[in-house]
Amino acid sequence: MSNVTRRELFPGVWLRAVHTNKFKSSYLSVTLLAPLDRETAGANALVPYVLRRGTAAHPDLESLSAALDELYGGAVEPVTRKKGETQCVGFAASFLDDAYALKGEKILEPAAALLGELLLQPCTQDGRFRQDYTEGERQNLIDRIRAQINDKRTYATQKLVREMCKYEAFGVDKLGDEESVAAITSESLWQRYQQLLQDARVEVYFCGSADPDRVEEALRAALAGLPVNEDRVDPACDVRVSAGPEPIVVVEEMDVSQGKLALGFRSGGQTCWEEDYPALAMCNAVLGGTTLSKLFMNVREKLSLCYYASSMLEKMKGLVLVSSGIEFDKYQTARDEILAQLEAIRRGDIEDWELEGARRTLISGYLTTLDEQGRQEEFWLGQSAAGLEESPEEFAARLEAVTREQVARAAQKLELDTVYFLKGKEG
Amino acid sequence: MEKLEFAKAGESMYHEKLENGLNVFVFPKPEFQKGYAFFATNYGGMDMRFCLNGEWRDTPAGVAHYLEHKMFDTKEGNALQELAANGASPNAFTSNDITGYYFDSTEKFEENLRILLSFVSVPWFTQESVDKERGIIGQEIGMIEDDPHWKCYMNLMKALFQRHPIRVSVAGSVESIAQITPETLYACHKAFYDPANMALCVAGPVDPEHICRVAREILPKEAGPIAAKDYGEKEEPRAAQSLIEERMEVSAPIFQLGWKGDPKADGEGRLRQELAGGLALEALLGNSSPLYARLYREGLINQEFGYSYESGSGCAFLCAGGESKDPEAVRMAVAQEAARIGREGIDPALWERIKKGVYGNKVRGLNSFENLCVGQAQAFFSGYNFLRFAEIFDSIPKEEAEELIANWVTGERAALSVVRAKEET
Repeated sequence: MSNVTRRELFPGVWLRAVHTNKFKSSYLSVTLLAPLDRETAGANALVPYVLRRGTAAHPDLESLSAALDELYGGAVEPVTRKKGETQCVGFAASFLDDAYALKGEKILEPAAALLGELLLQPCTQDGRFRQDYTEGERQNLIDRIRAQINDKRTYATQKLVREMCKYEAFGVDKLGDEESVAAITSESLWQRYQQLLQDARVEVYFCGSADPDRVEEALRAALAGLPVNEDRVDPACDVRVSAGPEPIVVVEEMDVSQGKLALGFRSGGQTCWEEDYPALAMCNAVLGGTTLSKLFMNVREKLSLCYYASSMLEKMKGLVLVSSGIEFDKYQTARDEILAQLEAIRRGDIEDWELEGARRTLISGYLTTLDEQGRQEEFWLGQSAAGLEESPEEFAARLEAVTREQVARAAQKLELDTVYFLKGKEG
Repeated sequence: MEKLEFAKAGESMYHEKLENGLNVFVFPKPEFQKGYAFFATNYGGMDMRFCLNGEWRDTPAGVAHYLEHKMFDTKEGNALQELAANGASPNAFTSNDITGYYFDSTEKFEENLRILLSFVSVPWFTQESVDKERGIIGQEIGMIEDDPHWKCYMNLMKALFQRHPIRVSVAGSVESIAQITPETLYACHKAFYDPANMALCVAGPVDPEHICRVAREILPKEAGPIAAKDYGEKEEPRAAQSLIEERMEVSAPIFQLGWKGDPKADGEGRLRQELAGGLALEALLGNSSPLYARLYREGLINQEFGYSYESGSGCAFLCAGGESKDPEAVRMAVAQEAARIGREGIDPALWERIKKGVYGNKVRGLNSFENLCVGQAQAFFSGYNFLRFAEIFDSIPKEEAEELIANWVTGERAALSVVRAKEET
């Protein structure tokens, strides 16, 4: 039985510890939560990558890799995520559980210490980040931003969100934009880093066999260098309830063989903080969240209109995002059909097997979160960013009670806001 | 049922060979929510030429994958939906050498297992349903052909190998799948989907004996004949061509470097080569190697850089790739580093660290039921047990990795595949 505890290590610095013997590894992450903002997004995203280049004690990649190898091939990855309008930057790490160390040595304490060292004791030059590390990682980040175009499926959804939320923080990409990243210097990045350490709320996550008290002690020691601040910032999330009077349509041409059609809906104010949120989650699942969904069964299987068609839910912003891959000449047919499927849900035209299938798949998805450390961390970070404490089991239990009528009502509140179509170049 | 203990990996595995020839492997995991079942046949994209009952047959590229798509159809409807209605997440994949069907579920595991075993063993194709699938698979082929990473990798296969079927895309092409009929699918199902050519691997809160009972109940009682496969003449050691380039819509050049190896026959030798090959790559260009640090520092590679040892029946190779502004410079640098290792050997301290690191990574990987079950099915088809890695790993000396580098990482065996951005017009 796993056991989740949450405690405050320092003001605004929280530890969530999941105590379990299920895994062969320990999962450890440290995340700084900052408001998503066009001005700072690029620099915030860059910080963990530059930190990962070297610390005072392990000043280059070779010595860091050597330290990780000594900890049985531990992995520490810089991560940037977006949860609603909160930008989450930091490190996610996975280490061998102490039980499998060949000589019975402890791994948690040195691993936590290394993570703290990465966050708080960077390798510096003239009192700021090393110029070459900053420039190298700045270029890597720019390349990563440019590479987003390589995966057209993800790109289409990203582009949809950018267009749809042009005037909201949510329209900012988690990596920032190329122009602002290009302007970053080692000096400006250093200031941003100091600001983050000073202001950002910090979420620490642990999952493994170690006792929570031992985990707390190890992390208190590892993070003791964080500045003390009683007023660390809790990022907010602005929810725009309605779409405009007419959907915005954006068409882009590129040299591709398959078209992408993405549709963005506003949920009419239904978000994870609302009592009826489980109905919206079910609505999304019935529409396009599973292989039993209306989009998959009808638009893909029955009509062969596309290779894939699915929808996803942004729980804090209250957005439903539909994504599909289609032939260029099927734009209107596919768009009409996707909307027709939504219309069916609004009418309550949902078969028993569709409703129950969606429910079982969703519930199973939440319960199996407990079987994977990475997914569990992702779930809890989302909850922490939203200020929620509900566990996967508790949310799964709420899904049991959702009725067909509630799903229909959730669908009735969806409003089409923006359509994005990626098509091939003509001629 | 036999119970095998793998103390170093902290795992036990139950095994039984049923009367119909099916091999069943079970990893009991009482503390987990989900159960995972993987039902696989020793038949993949490479197996295009085969002999059944004395008759040789050549099939178009993409049949194994096409079959995978169509197997979910049942006389009553569609197994995918049946499983999904029980909250299971079913799926399937076709690789070069195997086709596997799987699901995980937290509820009704036994019922789901029955559905899985049943739809995979009972084919149901009609002309209409086979024709309809052509559009869906054609779309899928279109989509992967737009993926520059996939293109780069496939091009590397073409550059490394003269004729081995690993050069051919698992999904086939729009032209090759046009030749597939219900008859082709029935014939290939008959040739390769016999229990004696398959393996069932299960992990989760389950009883091993019970899994065998369900399998006995659902599957045919007796073993049938299994097709013999042919991969053509043995490959020469040298790469078919040294460089292959293509232009696509990419932001930075993508590359894959490959070195052709000498494949091992089935048996534990394959596992040993895989481990030695993995360690050789770590020492040569892995994350903690001096070369990696230098290439990263010089901006010649970035975090996308990855590397692996790959093998299949009749082929083995090392590959490494990612994004680079100058892939040729990476190729040169690796060649120089291989030559240096040839002269000086692998640094003993580095070797010890790498072994510790790779060991920990492999043990951590056992958290994944998929890794465990797919790994065991593949290993079984290649003649060994997946979890033996922990023991064999310890017995690999530094010299073995050095020898592998000296023999394989040579100019003659190397090929470079690059996908560059389209020129501005």
